[in-house]
Amino acid sequence: MDYSRRSFLKSAGLGFVAMGLPPPFLVRAAGAQSSGRKKVLIVIFQRGGMDGLNVVIPFKDRAYYQLRPNIAVAEPAAGDQRAIDLDGFYALHPALAPLKNIYDKGHLAIVHGAGSPDNTRSHFDAQDYMEIGTPGIKTTPDGWLNRYLNEQKITDSPFRGVALGAQMPRMLAGAAPTLALSSIEEFRLRNQSMASTLQKLYANSDDPLLQKGGNSLFDAMARLRQIEAKIPASSAAYPSGKLGAGLRQVARLIKADVGVEIAFAEIGGWDTHVNQGGATGQLANRLKELADSLAVFHQDLGDRIEDVVVVTMSEFGRTARENGNRGTDHGHANVMFAMGGKVRGGKVYGRWPGLAPEVLYEGRDLDLTTDYRAVCSEVISRHLGQNDLSRIFPGFRSGASVGLIS
Amino acid sequence: MNALSQEQRVIHFLSRTSFGPTRSEVERVNRLGIRAYLDAQLSPEKIADGLVEEKIAGLKSMRLSARELLELYPQPKQAVNQTMPPAMEMAGPRQVILELQLARLLRAVYSQRQLFEVMVDFWSNHFNIFAAKGADRWLTTPYDRDTIRPHALGKFRNLLLATAQSPAMLFYLDNWLSASPDSAAQRFAPNNRRRGINENYARELMELHSLGVDGGYTQKDVQEVARCFTGWTIRQPRGAGGFYFEPRIHDGGEKIVLGTRIAAGGGVEDGLKVIDLLARHPSTAQFIATKLARRLVADDPPKALVGKAAAAFRQSDGDIPTVIRAIVESEEFFSPTAYRGKIKKPLEYVASALRITGAETQITHQLLRYLGRMGEPLFLAQPPTGYPDSAASWISADMLLTRMNFAADLIGNRLPGSRVTKENGGNVEQLGQLIAPQSLSASTRAALDETSGADAVALLLAAPEFQRR
Repeated sequence: MDYSRRSFLKSAGLGFVAMGLPPPFLVRAAGAQSSGRKKVLIVIFQRGGMDGLNVVIPFKDRAYYQLRPNIAVAEPAAGDQRAIDLDGFYALHPALAPLKNIYDKGHLAIVHGAGSPDNTRSHFDAQDYMEIGTPGIKTTPDGWLNRYLNEQKITDSPFRGVALGAQMPRMLAGAAPTLALSSIEEFRLRNQSMASTLQKLYANSDDPLLQKGGNSLFDAMARLRQIEAKIPASSAAYPSGKLGAGLRQVARLIKADVGVEIAFAEIGGWDTHVNQGGATGQLANRLKELADSLAVFHQDLGDRIEDVVVVTMSEFGRTARENGNRGTDHGHANVMFAMGGKVRGGKVYGRWPGLAPEVLYEGRDLDLTTDYRAVCSEVISRHLGQNDLSRIFPGFRSGASVGLIS
Repeated sequence: MNALSQEQRVIHFLSRTSFGPTRSEVERVNRLGIRAYLDAQLSPEKIADGLVEEKIAGLKSMRLSARELLELYPQPKQAVNQTMPPAMEMAGPRQVILELQLARLLRAVYSQRQLFEVMVDFWSNHFNIFAAKGADRWLTTPYDRDTIRPHALGKFRNLLLATAQSPAMLFYLDNWLSASPDSAAQRFAPNNRRRGINENYARELMELHSLGVDGGYTQKDVQEVARCFTGWTIRQPRGAGGFYFEPRIHDGGEKIVLGTRIAAGGGVEDGLKVIDLLARHPSTAQFIATKLARRLVADDPPKALVGKAAAAFRQSDGDIPTVIRAIVESEEFFSPTAYRGKIKKPLEYVASALRITGAETQITHQLLRYLGRMGEPLFLAQPPTGYPDSAASWISADMLLTRMNFAADLIGNRLPGSRVTKENGGNVEQLGQLIAPQSLSASTRAALDETSGADAVALLLAAPEFQRR
């Protein structure tokens, strides 16, 4: 950007603020200048409480097989119904086979015994705590991803923080402008003649919530139309489902260099109280969708995977012991994945807490040995370059580093 | 802020107790007065509702029992082996859910029992089930008809019990499978058939249906309540059998629930005792009062108001109309801060648009698709929490865009099955009076002045003012 233009924008922007008028077109103009290759963090939320013990299986801990007589996944051996050995202690669920190559390549790291330290077993509270980033404190008004965006004002792109789906998740909600987007193609007004009037109505509204929503909408719509030609189509073979559809669009936006820094996608269906299955079945089907989505995304990004870290999380793990219906009930610690070019992958991180009755959390669940905020802090500081985390995870002090990012 | 004008009070009252003001309802309130109108709405059985029932009469599945639904709308795969006419084969349970959605929206738009419909929506969400989960594809229609609707303006305790014994809820939260591992039936079951406790329902019963997450129960209480409800099951899970207590899988031991001892040797009454305990617990009064006040008054309702509503709940033994009356007739209800303070959720937005424009609609799946894209596909909230009732959940850029496109399509008569005429929905001045009397913003007024005809109406429905109630 040449100097005179920059200073023009700056002074014009100040002028508009001083006059009390919203400057959406300026935001767009500035944004157009400031895109380019960016570091990206993508969070995938697995709503419902994933059963981590059947996802990354501690097959050398024999208690695992005693606790789960009907649903345990058999230890690694020949055959496709068997867990896939990672390091002689842990093994991947067979439905995660597409991730094994990525793990071997060093692009996938796993953290076991990870999650939120609060003891709630309520879906709603546990998700909320994870999203606002202050377990145990409900009054935090915004999400930690939004607080990151507020710290690092690198650009004004309306795509800095994007949620793939209709709804803005709490993790991305807050003061920094963020965007919920369910489809790039359908993100347009069907009656274009109304556009400029509606834009004005929302911009001038004295209703802060609607003003913000409207500004976000019209900024993003205008910007999308400008860059539409640059956004590559995608023929990668993502699985059907919301997660695949979401990651397909994230990949397109990343390749188009529109300034994405944070993306959020989700996948539901993890609340497996009944007949969750073992090597096959209900949980295996969710894992297959997850693994296929991640593996296709990894391939689709090509060398852009070097700029990207994907982190997965779920509100809680599930009971160590299977319940009376070949399922599992709400538990505590879980498994997280981190995938990306700069991830120190090919390793399962975190101290294994064990499954003996006396070490189970509240006598029933896997204990927590890594706070999910330690994982996220490390990605934010080492990958995104934001070292001061005091406002992103207030009150949290990360101990020794996990070591996930090189 | 100034106190509300009489005109604003009427619009505000109708915005909270119905799916949106219409000219005729405003006239009726003006004629009867707010109190008499509320009295009438709280006795819905006395309000004739022929128009909407006639519209729903064409939706055959709405009248059928779970057994009939399962027989007439089997899974397409199953149907192949039977001698079904091809059209029926195609239908399957999707048709059942579709008709249920259509009926819900038709009633929201056309029913004269508006407050009743608002409460049906409220309780459906409070006692959420997911219509696409297994047998619930056939059980949700009877759940709506036989469980929620009969008690939506009754006693909370009866509603809580009805949901606890509904096959739809027993299936959705897995209680139908929960069995004492020590019961005779389990001890002698072959190893691979043996069942045990499932605590899913017990937890949500306390967290979501009664006490609230901070209502004072522990993990131990969850386990004890789960033991009480062992044996509450479904006679023939895949479809039709109805609630059934199976003593052979019940845990007959002693339980302590919230400090209350439930003696050993009980049967179905263990669960009944828990229902009574929960329905009369002060945390339940507080939690239900808060949620009702949130729906009817403000996302973050005034403490004093919640206190009054909770007291009304306790003093009336959970009589729902008494609690509603305490809320609607309170000073806080008509306060200027409450006025236009709620963001419409998608059902409220769509229904209010159809109502205010006097749209003639048979409601089609295109219209329901819009509702889905706005974030509220009816009967299809997967998590037990149901849909949120707070502003921030419904105003993403994507959701706003969908609302704007809906408004343009509706007014442009591009939605199949729906028609807006100039006579009913063409007078922008009148519509503005039903949305925000004397309080449309200057810029909205200016924009409307510059726009003519149908475009102006579409603009009004897409404008910020119409997103609130």
